[in-house]
Amino acid sequence: MEQFSGKIWVLGDDIDTDIIMPTEYLALKTIDDMRPYAFSPLRPELAGRICPGDIIVAGKNFGCGSSREQAPEVIKALGIRCVIASSYARIFFRNAINNGLLLIENSEIQKAVKEGDEIEVHVGEYILHDGVKYPVSSLPQNLLDILDAGGLVKAMQRLNGIV
Amino acid sequence: MGKTLIEKIIARNLHDENVKAGDIVTVDVDRVMIHDIFIPFVADKFKEMGFKKIWDTDKVVLIYDHLVPASQTDDTRHFRAGDAFAEEFGPIHVHRSDGICHQLMPELGYVKPGDVVFGTDSHTVTYGCVGAFSTGIGYTEMAGILGTGKLWIRVPQTIRVNINGKLPENVSAKDIILTVIGDLRADGATYQSLEFAGDTVDALSVAGRMTISNMTVEAGAKCGLFVPDDKTAAYCGLGGTLPEELAQLRPDEDAVYSRVMEYRAEDFVPVMACPSQVDSIRPVAELAPEEISVDQVFLGSCTNGRLEDLRSAASVLKDRHIAPFVKMIVTPASRSIYEAAAKEGILDILSEAGAMITHPSCGLCCGRAGGILTDDEVVVATNNRNFLGRMGTSKVRIYLASPLTAAVCALEGKITVPAAYKE
Repeated sequence: MEQFSGKIWVLGDDIDTDIIMPTEYLALKTIDDMRPYAFSPLRPELAGRICPGDIIVAGKNFGCGSSREQAPEVIKALGIRCVIASSYARIFFRNAINNGLLLIENSEIQKAVKEGDEIEVHVGEYILHDGVKYPVSSLPQNLLDILDAGGLVKAMQRLNGIV
Repeated sequence: MGKTLIEKIIARNLHDENVKAGDIVTVDVDRVMIHDIFIPFVADKFKEMGFKKIWDTDKVVLIYDHLVPASQTDDTRHFRAGDAFAEEFGPIHVHRSDGICHQLMPELGYVKPGDVVFGTDSHTVTYGCVGAFSTGIGYTEMAGILGTGKLWIRVPQTIRVNINGKLPENVSAKDIILTVIGDLRADGATYQSLEFAGDTVDALSVAGRMTISNMTVEAGAKCGLFVPDDKTAAYCGLGGTLPEELAQLRPDEDAVYSRVMEYRAEDFVPVMACPSQVDSIRPVAELAPEEISVDQVFLGSCTNGRLEDLRSAASVLKDRHIAPFVKMIVTPASRSIYEAAAKEGILDILSEAGAMITHPSCGLCCGRAGGILTDDEVVVATNNRNFLGRMGTSKVRIYLASPLTAAVCALEGKITVPAAYKE
């Protein structure tokens, strides 16, 4: 299974989609245009400090709020390798999978980590932090199929016989 | 084993009686709604996926509401993208300035009991008010539906909410749903269906049920359902009584619920969602002694921009005037509500009381229209979200309330219990 390590940014519970990408920037033309404003209502400095390969660790109900797909897209555009949260809001969860952003559910690691820590992620198996392994479960098959195709657009392209 | 209402709706869609919570199924979509913010992205993804035509153009409704009328220089690009998409792949239904998507979908008969409907907006759950399964999705999934007419879903478990008795006169549907969200918390119904029942719910108008369904997503719910009845039939233009075929859309006596919540209507009091979480619920009576001064009041949105909401505010504002320092913005949810309120004299009453009446649209609810605020200002609003930065800077304090409570706060210029103005 795939594995990687990265530096973490720690966020709290109920990180909503208005925090991830405020409505006032939603009509900007591209995700790259929106990128500097990610998380700005909560932590205006964050978007400028996240480096490719970093990981977000958050509490429960991550991505609650609106259906805006720019939320997972902008997190991906910032270079975030994966999000680890206690739980996710359902629309955000679907949108993330459809855009190929890896989401991991774990509600134990939040108690142990602090911002800036390094963690090691073994996809579908466990997360390693400070010598402790936190088990994670695998996704259902229909979602793995979409991820395998490289997101929903590619899955549909396959359906239409253009890849 | 008995079925919940959502299991009944999905079984009917799939023509499969064996459907149960937890199953992953692919449903046939009865109608979709796309709004102005996301249409450019839907159009791009649809083409990128390689589709040449829409599966059923009559089932597609495009509504411009978040950006109407344009307030930033680039907004009209969304209307042009929508019009171009409709021209190339239509004819689809397009509404360019008729009101808020979630008001128009049921109001104009696009949604019927038992339908399966998806929209590019989280408040698509609103159509549960007529016993339809409807929920929000992203624009990539919407593009997939436009091509295939199908979507996979997991059949949700159900939390049953029973409410019986007579509501106090200063309590409305908004106070009910805010209270339920406070009890469930913001993630308490994640992935689940909320099913409302009891004689209090039966007595609610379809508009009141809309307010409740609309906000179920604030507890994370996938949908918020009411059993269709004769009122539903009348609202949906199906005649005075519910057609026989739709009468099956009710939960079985022995349906299995993940949780049952019981409320006595008499116990409800006017409440507010305090900054900046929708589940941070407190009775208005508890907030009033804090003498919280109010800078602005917003009456509108897909939650509370309907005729009975405007009527309720007018009942306390008639022949009175709002506090001199308060700006009150009233935004009817649709053109027909605007017209009906004008005909009934409600707009006159509100205007004479000092309110500003705006065009029907999402307006201030999504922080894109006139009325945005700055640091430390307080707004009492009837919409569904009080998130950080929703109506201006991240230090604006947004209190969510019923239309009645909001109107009384405008009059007094501070957070006030509406009981004081009960006739």
